[in-house]
Amino acid sequence: MATLRDIKRKISAVKKTQQITRAMNMVASAKLRGAQERMRAFRPYAEKYNEVVQSVASRVEPDAHPLLMRREVRRVGILLVTADRGLCGSFNTNLITKAEKEADSRRERGQEVCFYCVGRKGRDYFRRRKADIRGTYVDNRRITYELASRIAEDIVAAYLQEQVDEILLIYSQFVNTVTQRPVIEPLLPFVPMASEEEGAAGRVDYLYEPEPEVLLSALLPEQVRVQIYHGLLENNTSEQAARMTAMDNATKNCKEMVDQLTLLFNKARQAAITKELMDIVGGAEALKKS
Amino acid sequence: MAENRIQLDIVTPDKVAFSGQVEEVNLSGALGDFGVLPGHTPFLSQLRIGPMHFRQEGRVQWFALNRGIAEVTPQKVTVLVQTAESKEEIDVNRAEAARKRAEERLRERREGIDTARAEAALQRALARLKVVKM
Repeated sequence: MATLRDIKRKISAVKKTQQITRAMNMVASAKLRGAQERMRAFRPYAEKYNEVVQSVASRVEPDAHPLLMRREVRRVGILLVTADRGLCGSFNTNLITKAEKEADSRRERGQEVCFYCVGRKGRDYFRRRKADIRGTYVDNRRITYELASRIAEDIVAAYLQEQVDEILLIYSQFVNTVTQRPVIEPLLPFVPMASEEEGAAGRVDYLYEPEPEVLLSALLPEQVRVQIYHGLLENNTSEQAARMTAMDNATKNCKEMVDQLTLLFNKARQAAITKELMDIVGGAEALKKS
Repeated sequence: MAENRIQLDIVTPDKVAFSGQVEEVNLSGALGDFGVLPGHTPFLSQLRIGPMHFRQEGRVQWFALNRGIAEVTPQKVTVLVQTAESKEEIDVNRAEAARKRAEERLRERREGIDTARAEAALQRALARLKVVKM
């Protein structure tokens, strides 16, 4: 049977763990607020940009720009966004599973798959499995637009040099504090939204400067940056939310454990007192008899 | 009064840098500078790195812009740029230092220097300095 001191030690250990998980929970919730705010601040830019690119892209021939052209897909690039750190429940696992599933289905179709990994967790996983990793972006203490630009630059270059024929973006979409959903978005080639039913009437006819084809070669790479940055921000928000929930659960579990251990401790204490009393009484009886 | 005004939004990835009714907007387009008054024809232009200014209730305000685009409709101008800094936000010493550094790089033309990048840095620094002097 565990001695009183053992139980006491165990209780204080669990309490200390609880302090840590509670602190992590609070840090995550503070970071979550910041992340949500940045997502909100980015929305006007992303929406407007998307609108402008769509309107220009739908106005030119599909082969007007290499980033619009579809070619036969022999190799797919997967840009997988994960977290740098763990302790956030099944957050990273969900993303990796999503990527693995997509990679498997592509391989079945006879396509090669290569990876671009943002975040330590995804990189570590695919490196252990000796997957074809073309680019890694880890230890990103802060999500910046420059980071998104750097990733976009590499990816656009790889696409233009025909190292890859299609690029997918996988990240975790922030639905709300308790729900984060891994999603796949096509990144390249850029697909203009079907505009046939709308017709040209619904849209404003712009004067372009320079002409649409030239304008596109500036707009499309920026569009890739916008999409990646959006993914990074969503993912970052989701990560904080996932960590917050995971740490909240951990704190609750700690409390439960402390309660159980305290009960055990009290029982053991009572048993020890009873035993001592019986010893004393037994001793006294023995003395009286003699 | 309202018909003499045009809505101007300067939007960057981090924030909406400016939003308000103005009388006139001047931008540097890829093919040359242009001014926008209320009722302008729908127009979409790529922007150069450079200063921009607009007039709000008679007062002129300047911003230093990084690369971007501008969308003009008769009632509204939307400027989408990577960064936009107002006069108050600019650090003169930093801009001056950046100008010197970029000029040096361009003068030396050593191996391994990205000329295009240095050129862009110089443009940004010049735009900032110009805005500060206004």
